Amino acid sequence: MSFITRGFSGRNRERDPRLPPGQTKVEDWPVLSAGPTPKIDTADWSFTVTTETGAQTHWSWDELRALGIEDITTDIHCVTHWSKLEMPWRGVPIDKILAGIPTHAKYVMAHSYGGYTTNVPLDELLNGQAWVAFEAEGVPLDPEHGGPARLLVPHLYFWKSAKWVNGLTLMDKDDPGFWEQAGYNLHGDPWKEERYW
Amino acid sequence: MTHIDGNALAGQLSDLFAFDLTTAIGRCVNCGTAGMIGAAMVYVASPGTVARCPHCGAVLATIVETDDTIWLSLAGVTAIEVAKKA
Amino acid sequence: MTAAARTAWYTGTVVEARPETSSARRIVIDVPDWPGNDAGQHLDVRLTAPDGYQAQRSYSIASAGAGTRIELAVDELPDGEVSPFLVEDVAVGDKLELHGPLGGYFVWMPQSVTHDTRPVQLIAGGSGVVPFLAMVRAHADAADPTPFRLLYAVRQPDDVFYRQELAKLAADGLQIDYVYSRTAPHDWPVPAGRITKEALAGFAIPASDKPRVYICGSTGFVELIAGWLIELGHDAGDIRTERFGGK
Repeated sequence: MSFITRGFSGRNRERDPRLPPGQTKVEDWPVLSAGPTPKIDTADWSFTVTTETGAQTHWSWDELRALGIEDITTDIHCVTHWSKLEMPWRGVPIDKILAGIPTHAKYVMAHSYGGYTTNVPLDELLNGQAWVAFEAEGVPLDPEHGGPARLLVPHLYFWKSAKWVNGLTLMDKDDPGFWEQAGYNLHGDPWKEERYW
Repeated sequence: MTHIDGNALAGQLSDLFAFDLTTAIGRCVNCGTAGMIGAAMVYVASPGTVARCPHCGAVLATIVETDDTIWLSLAGVTAIEVAKKA
Repeated sequence: MTAAARTAWYTGTVVEARPETSSARRIVIDVPDWPGNDAGQHLDVRLTAPDGYQAQRSYSIASAGAGTRIELAVDELPDGEVSPFLVEDVAVGDKLELHGPLGGYFVWMPQSVTHDTRPVQLIAGGSGVVPFLAMVRAHADAADPTPFRLLYAVRQPDDVFYRQELAKLAADGLQIDYVYSRTAPHDWPVPAGRITKEALAGFAIPASDKPRVYICGSTGFVELIAGWLIELGHDAGDIRTERFGGK
């Protein structure tokens, strides 16, 4: 039923060969949110890893950062069709966080302040594929963009990079998180356009 | 991120229902408060639309939409009450 | 009447497009099979680019009742995607895809339908006055006896939407109070300034009269006003709000 609207061409959307299918490059950084923005002071912030047996390890803000922060430059892809290329980030690799925590679990649920959740296979958070990030584009993350810390898993659609992350729970099954329950894909690979169920 | 009002759901939901869901009453699963869906706090700058209870903030409903499919969850309301037309 | 009208997709033809304020445009659209709409309802405008890309936004309808001509008044958002197109590019003769009428929550219907005799307080911020134009027009068309009062907050006199029509309605007895936050007219008795709780208390129908209140504007404006009204004794259930995002 839709017809082309005379004179309308949408925003100036650039195309770039580094974009996965259905993505458009943007220069700004859109803010999308499923709820109110949590405001967490780093003095009150903590991060918890819970294994499939219930064993927990906690880090304070300083303790987590002391594991070793590295610089990352990466592309990010939002399922709502925008991508940002060559974005500089700083964060602690998940490899360092999970090092020394014994587990047989294959999946992880990331949890956030405010109640958001998202599920990711454990092996996709390891081997240099994911971080707990504190800075983007040279400045500390502001709350709108997930600060003080968010998960960063750039090889998957960006709803998996949980804003306001405060923990990881290891699990045996690939239980769906917030958007995965609502219609989004359990896995979320932008190169295979795994957007929906 | 600020929210808008539940009457903003009217457009998406009108494709699914033959009546106006924004004037239906729903009871929040989390806090038990009943109210008009039109009074929900709606977040639309999002991979999907999220409607939250104006009293406790729990998610009442989510709507994810593509050109040919809608995924609707009303898992956050116990039931909805709709007046029949006279 | 239109409470039973099914929402659907329509194709309308722009028959009029003229400046409303320095950043807004009034657009009249002829929609041959429009089922009519209640006062306060909105519709979605969907634009399609040659490559298939689509953008869609909601706009309150300034007109109400039966009839196939519907009116919008669109304010251009600086970083908007649809509003700049509607305000600057759309021309008479263009066709637009519309989805509506939408919304039963933020509507006003005459006493003859609702049997509700309570007075009505309308509170608008900027372009939030648009659904209230539909309401005051419907109120006048029905010769409805419900006491109506409009409080309209804008930055400066040139930002007032439907200035002439509101002036005429005021001359015919509609009570309208204006609050100017940045620049007031020359002869204005009060210096320009942001609306305050005291001003609101002075202009709005008191809580003791149990008015039905409608508030429309940016999210920040609506939340501020709604909060004050509750502090002034209005019941939250008597207040209906329509926020269109932003501060």
